[in-house]
Amino acid sequence: MKAESKQPVHLSVSALSRVEGEGGLWIKIENGKVLRTELRIFEAPRFFESFLIGRHFYEPPDITARICGICPVAYQISSTAAIENSVGLTVPECIWQLRRLLYCGEWIESHGLHVFFLHAPGFLGYPSLMDMAKDYPKEVSWGLQIKKAGNALIRAIAGREIHPINVRVGGFYHVPEKKELESLLDSLKKGLDYSLQAIKWIGSVCSFPSFKKEYTFVALKNDSCYPIERGRLYCGEQALALEEFESYFTEEQTDYSHALRWLDSHAKPCVAGPLARFNLNYHPLPTFIKDILKETPLEYPCMNPFQSILVRLVEIAYAFDEAIKLIDKYEPPEPCYLPLEPCAAVGYGISEAPRGLLYHRYLMDDKGLIRGAKIVPPTCFNLASAEEDIKNWIESHLNDTAEKLTADCEQLVRNYDPCISCATHFLKLKFL
Amino acid sequence: MTKIAIWKFTSCDGCQLSLLDLEEDLLEIAKHFEISYFLEASSKRADPPYDISLVEGSITTEEAKRKIMDIRAQSKYLVTIGACATAGGIQALRNFASLQSFKQRVYPRPEVIDVLPTSLPISHYVRVDYELQGCPINKLQLLQLLYSYSRDLRPSFSSGSVCMECKRRAIPCVMVASKTLCLGPVTHGGCGAICPSFGRGCYGCYGPKETPNSASLCQWAKDELDFDPLALDHAFKKFYCIAEGFKLSHES
Repeated sequence: MKAESKQPVHLSVSALSRVEGEGGLWIKIENGKVLRTELRIFEAPRFFESFLIGRHFYEPPDITARICGICPVAYQISSTAAIENSVGLTVPECIWQLRRLLYCGEWIESHGLHVFFLHAPGFLGYPSLMDMAKDYPKEVSWGLQIKKAGNALIRAIAGREIHPINVRVGGFYHVPEKKELESLLDSLKKGLDYSLQAIKWIGSVCSFPSFKKEYTFVALKNDSCYPIERGRLYCGEQALALEEFESYFTEEQTDYSHALRWLDSHAKPCVAGPLARFNLNYHPLPTFIKDILKETPLEYPCMNPFQSILVRLVEIAYAFDEAIKLIDKYEPPEPCYLPLEPCAAVGYGISEAPRGLLYHRYLMDDKGLIRGAKIVPPTCFNLASAEEDIKNWIESHLNDTAEKLTADCEQLVRNYDPCISCATHFLKLKFL
Repeated sequence: MTKIAIWKFTSCDGCQLSLLDLEEDLLEIAKHFEISYFLEASSKRADPPYDISLVEGSITTEEAKRKIMDIRAQSKYLVTIGACATAGGIQALRNFASLQSFKQRVYPRPEVIDVLPTSLPISHYVRVDYELQGCPINKLQLLQLLYSYSRDLRPSFSSGSVCMECKRRAIPCVMVASKTLCLGPVTHGGCGAICPSFGRGCYGCYGPKETPNSASLCQWAKDELDFDPLALDHAFKKFYCIAEGFKLSHES
């Protein structure tokens, strides 16, 4: 944007493309300063937390899955964990391992979708994956094979890739035979190979703008493995009990967006998702993945949100490797679920959805009916941070053309892989 | 080349994701169809008119009402994909409550939430040429629909029940074998009887089949399975809660 005029300048994207759900961007610039950055979410609210009131304790996995067609497993695992937590039901390790395996499938398909369909075309100057396929047929084929392998894993464990049907409170309706899972090994090993090649490809073909910020990361953490289905909650270096979630983080509502935002205890934006997980959990990553990163611009710690595409590929490779290991040691859990005796209680559940941590809280009465529900998806953490990135970016690129700035801002939003469908179902308005 | 546009209203994105889940077949589709408008997958936008509009999601705002009229006017064929667009979706649960009470439970300032009191299917507002059932749709049915169009054929899907698909797969009946409530006898086929194959009862995510006898199934559930009436009400009041064949069950 040529800064010759002192008139206010507006940039707008009426409908963002290659993001999940419907949102727009509205920016007001005056005298070289960004006065307002508004990431507007205009998806209509769906009132999910209201639907759940009066429902039986076994219904949230199927109902909350419908919040998002891209990460339904995350909703199923966080909701079952919360309900099990409310009555103190301890689910055996073998069931948790199968949940982790299912979740690996979701990370693979969801990250595969984002990297190849949504994010990479923006770096390489194509409107879509279909257009990119003409010049990069081999690489696009890796992406499709990766996504397909993730979907096949979800289908084998839980029936179908969108809104799987096999997760229940206490475990599963049915567990696969070992040989059914072993038949996937070939495609998972190929997927691992493609994802490692894709790390090198994206590392060499994309030019990442030198953009860095000091972020506060929020993610789960484990000692010996990368967090997926479980972990201890951290905000930066601060460990938090799950019960503290709603009191530690602050929620706010702007008047221009249908999505609620969550900020840290100082009312500052914090970042959830791949970048947060990578920076808080780099050490447990396998050596072969760390080694391959030496051939790319990705370093630990990573404070460049554009490089989140590489982090997603790292997580895809990790999920493939983890899935292969989990299948190798898999024995079908017996029984496949534990029954739950309802009692009046409150329970919390949290897991790492592909886009970042997903928190559920339920209040249940002694008949097992839900009397209160709270769901916080990761996009609600990331929206405020995306707006800050946009503000910083524009103020340091005022000489760019409006067209380039707009395209860059769209890519800045995509860095967070915002799931706008997720962000709008529980909207609670609070004016600033 | 045939121009396709994909539109989203109130929904979870899952049905349009089915199109991306076609993977290699998607590249094949892109050779035979011009994908003119698909915001989730492409920043390229071609002007109307469109040959086929695939519509996901239900209508829940005034603006959406206007937009769907425009889309209808710009499209030769309009096809709804999935339970939300075809039957109002799970968000149609609001239709049974007062919107005010729904809003008040969630929002401190309910008066600023500007949405319609109902979530209704696309066919309530405009003429629909074809409807694909399911929460989510079966992606192979979507592929078949596009293939039929490219060959100038009428798409043809079975109008039978999940129960029939289950019998064809020789899956033991969960209602008989384990006394589990299954909506398979009254639910539209198309999923391939996934739930019974995993030992759980069908939960009706493809909506009522043609001429379902849900009242009889409810009676049977009460008499033979000793099923709790509230749980039975909830079983029908989900993804197709306002569809006639299921609505009768919880209103009776």
